[in-house]
Amino acid sequence: MALIGQDISPPDLVAKVTGRAKYAEDFRAEGMVFAKLLLSPMPHARVRKIDVSRALAMEGVLGILRADEVPQADAPGESALTDEPKYVGEPILAVAAITETIAADAIEAIDIDLEPLPFTIDPLASLAPGGPNARLEGNTLTFGERGRELKSVKWTSSDFESLSEGRLPMGEPTDEWSHGDLDSAFDDADHVVEDTIIHQSLTHHPMEPRSSMAYWDNGKCYLYASTQSTQRAHAGTANQLDLDPSDLVFVGQYCGGGFGSKIAGSPINSITALLAKKIQRPVMLRITRYEENYIGRGRPGFQSWVRMGFRKDGKITAIDLYIIQDHGPYGRSGDYNTAGAITDLMYQPDAMRFRGITIYTNTPPRAAMRGPGGAQIVAMLEPLVDKAARELGIDRLAIRRMNVPDSDSRFGPNRGQLTGAFVREAIDAGADKFGWAEKSQLSGQRNGTKVTGVGIGVSPYVGGSSGFDGLLVIRPDGKLYIHHGIGNLGTHSMADCGRAAADVLGLEWEDCQVIWGDTSQNLPYSSVQAGSQTAHAHTRANHAAGLDLKQKLQEIAAATLGGSANSYRTSRGRVSGPGGSISFAQAAQRAIELGGKYSGEVLPDDINQVTTASATALSGQGVMGVAKDNFSHDGSTYSWVIGFAVVELDVETGDVQIVDYTGSADCGVVLHPRSLGAQIHGGSVQGFGQARSQKWVLDPKWGVPFSHRLYTARPPGILDVPLKMEWAAAGVPDPENPVGIKGIGEPPVGAGSAAVTSAIADALGGKCLCRTPLTTDVILAELQGRQPPHQLTEIHI
Amino acid sequence: MSGVETPVASTTSGHSRRTFIKGVVATGAAVSSSNYLFRASEGLSASERVRSTLPQLVTLSVNGQSRSVDILPQETLAMTLRYKLGLTGTKLGCDRAECGACTVIIDGVTHYSCSVLTKTVRDRAITTIEGLESPDGTLHPVQQAVVDEGGFQCAFCAPGFIMSMVALTNDHSNPTREEAAQALSGNLCRCGDYNKILNSAMRAAEYARRTV
Repeated sequence: MALIGQDISPPDLVAKVTGRAKYAEDFRAEGMVFAKLLLSPMPHARVRKIDVSRALAMEGVLGILRADEVPQADAPGESALTDEPKYVGEPILAVAAITETIAADAIEAIDIDLEPLPFTIDPLASLAPGGPNARLEGNTLTFGERGRELKSVKWTSSDFESLSEGRLPMGEPTDEWSHGDLDSAFDDADHVVEDTIIHQSLTHHPMEPRSSMAYWDNGKCYLYASTQSTQRAHAGTANQLDLDPSDLVFVGQYCGGGFGSKIAGSPINSITALLAKKIQRPVMLRITRYEENYIGRGRPGFQSWVRMGFRKDGKITAIDLYIIQDHGPYGRSGDYNTAGAITDLMYQPDAMRFRGITIYTNTPPRAAMRGPGGAQIVAMLEPLVDKAARELGIDRLAIRRMNVPDSDSRFGPNRGQLTGAFVREAIDAGADKFGWAEKSQLSGQRNGTKVTGVGIGVSPYVGGSSGFDGLLVIRPDGKLYIHHGIGNLGTHSMADCGRAAADVLGLEWEDCQVIWGDTSQNLPYSSVQAGSQTAHAHTRANHAAGLDLKQKLQEIAAATLGGSANSYRTSRGRVSGPGGSISFAQAAQRAIELGGKYSGEVLPDDINQVTTASATALSGQGVMGVAKDNFSHDGSTYSWVIGFAVVELDVETGDVQIVDYTGSADCGVVLHPRSLGAQIHGGSVQGFGQARSQKWVLDPKWGVPFSHRLYTARPPGILDVPLKMEWAAAGVPDPENPVGIKGIGEPPVGAGSAAVTSAIADALGGKCLCRTPLTTDVILAELQGRQPPHQLTEIHI
Repeated sequence: MSGVETPVASTTSGHSRRTFIKGVVATGAAVSSSNYLFRASEGLSASERVRSTLPQLVTLSVNGQSRSVDILPQETLAMTLRYKLGLTGTKLGCDRAECGACTVIIDGVTHYSCSVLTKTVRDRAITTIEGLESPDGTLHPVQQAVVDEGGFQCAFCAPGFIMSMVALTNDHSNPTREEAAQALSGNLCRCGDYNKILNSAMRAAEYARRTV
């Protein structure tokens, strides 16, 4: 029986329940000392002078690392330490001391003179005539004919006049695309909805703050850090430290959550490594929750406007979308562009125009957060689709079924195609599981002070990449060793993806060993564990390596027992054919004797050099399967989750309880049912937090954050979610993955968020408040007919 | 005044460092990493300050064993467990009683070990995640239930949740799902795996009933 599709207990679970699992802060080294960071108290400043003499003179202080001692990135890149901090909480320097208390006291003894610089926390404030720029070089980044360019963009006062009419100002964008004839598509519409919609920025806040420990031994750096993607974090960190990859050992066996904030290592890790090198002692840098809020990344917020045209029957004819992205001070996230493409994908309008601009602000740095761009836009637009459905008298499920794409649909500026889309199947499976027919009747029902709202959120996201390597060895103990360079976020992909190889060979899971999380253990070139890539990319890579291994086993059996290679079959640890049968253990021994390609002494030409180095180190230990994923991958791979929610809204208090939730996926073949349920539910719960409670509050006068802890940023607790949640899956194989699997990490966040924003609008009688998070005060103001507690485009409030 | 105008008006004027810091202090949000560590009070005399920062040898009862350890007066139990006793299973997620990752059981009651001073638990029975397994390696019924349900994702919160589940199953032989949720509401899971965590808790209660 195939392992794919079965529930398994992942190989790391006993370590997790006994406390033996070691996360970065759990490692110790002989002579280990502690570091603390000096963080900027200002949103934008320049260091005029720093006097560290009092700190260095303190007993127990071992050294200080300054910005000029760490690699400085070119603008608009981010460096681990800086003398021009661009947000409150940005690290300026680090101190190492024999105890953490001494290090903290030393930070207090540093005399620092900062020159305040202009700052902004609101993109529109920066776009206004004469408005401040978050960076000295400008307020946006464009990719034009001259390549990457930092620019200062200001709109005119007339651009801002729309504010008085309750509409987002929309000056000249830096990004624009369209398809179809927008004007005539709006002419075709029988009904138009239009609104200004605000989506907040929020911190990822994984449970494990990004602490790290490092030491050097004989010129080699050993770094223990939290990462989503071991092999890629290794490569990235070696690059940051200007080290040959062979001189860095990166250990990250367990990652206490990342959600996009720890994709390939954090800049902060290089502080630990460089400070350890400077003082020649192992250094532990513990990151507090408070610091995590600043340096731990956040999701970009949107100030946006949309107009959507509908035919009488519910078909969407035209969409005009404008997004201003609030981006923090560094880099450039593609969230706003992705949101445009996803809008076109999920609603399939005859014509669409997207316009957008990303603006730097002096707020914590942004990074991809689970479903970047998609998770924001679906929560913003789905309540508007409800509004149109209500006004047109169409069932809300029917309007979505009508507009979603199928496998032949095209989308986005380049009219890209999909590998396949089975969204209607997923909608139907979810509606059935949830009981849409009955539960949609609860809409508007009043019970005491509580009104019931029912919502749906359709959420697509990219579900897989390709072209990575698989690396397998069967050793003379007869076991299959699956080497994985992806991380261990608890999605179980580091275990589950190996099942594609085991299935090719007909092996039981007990005969498989997964090797992961430590780059000294010879890991192959891998995808980042982000963007729902791994379940797709690494089932493919392991399938490829499994086929290579199977071929070698067959050839070894034929050479040993006679007959042709392809007349041999592999099953349950044996290769059997016309000449009899040998065990995998015997074949592994034989491979060592034969050498060459069988034991990894001769390697394929097309594998990545990282894989070549790892395979070379593993050669001669058994029979090796090693291959690049060269399977066809025609079209974009998208997965979908449709969220169905019931909420109870208390009209006296404005409180909202989510009492029922079902998530239904189109993610190809179900790789691991229980883990799929966990991804759908867990992502949706993150979406609940986004829809309801998680936000930033920044003082507009001083640029100082107030919501810098968990209780002020309020992720959902166990009492904020339904007592029991359900899931379903369409289960249609993806045509462009030989094992039919698509990734599923991203789309549930948008589904959960959108189902809740949709359900709250439903409970309010179809009123779209067009803003997240829908906190109790916002809802209560609406219920009581008061002015909302915020201005139209106001953010971080 | 619109939300746009406010920051424009206030940020173009420029501030001196002095007014800036005054403003920040007034809002109570100054950034200082040492705010997060216990330290000797400024008001103490020199001799008192020395005394208050000297380590003191105490004996703790941890997982049924008597452990002697040098502690500082301001030291939290989480730090003692993790940095003095090698018990790194207890996690620090926030260090401020917000997340529950550091939950341990003291005399049968769950506590956030980040918010318990070690010197206050000298005569108390402390149980951590490492103390649940039998010496022969048999998992505690709660641990077994989590394994059988495939509970948790990143699992950084797992040790804290599991300690809360142990306290729950010790106190309630047959909790409802709602009672289980109430008992676990002091623990945060950012992966949002609450459905599977509750499944694990209900199975744990079932296993605990069988072993009684």
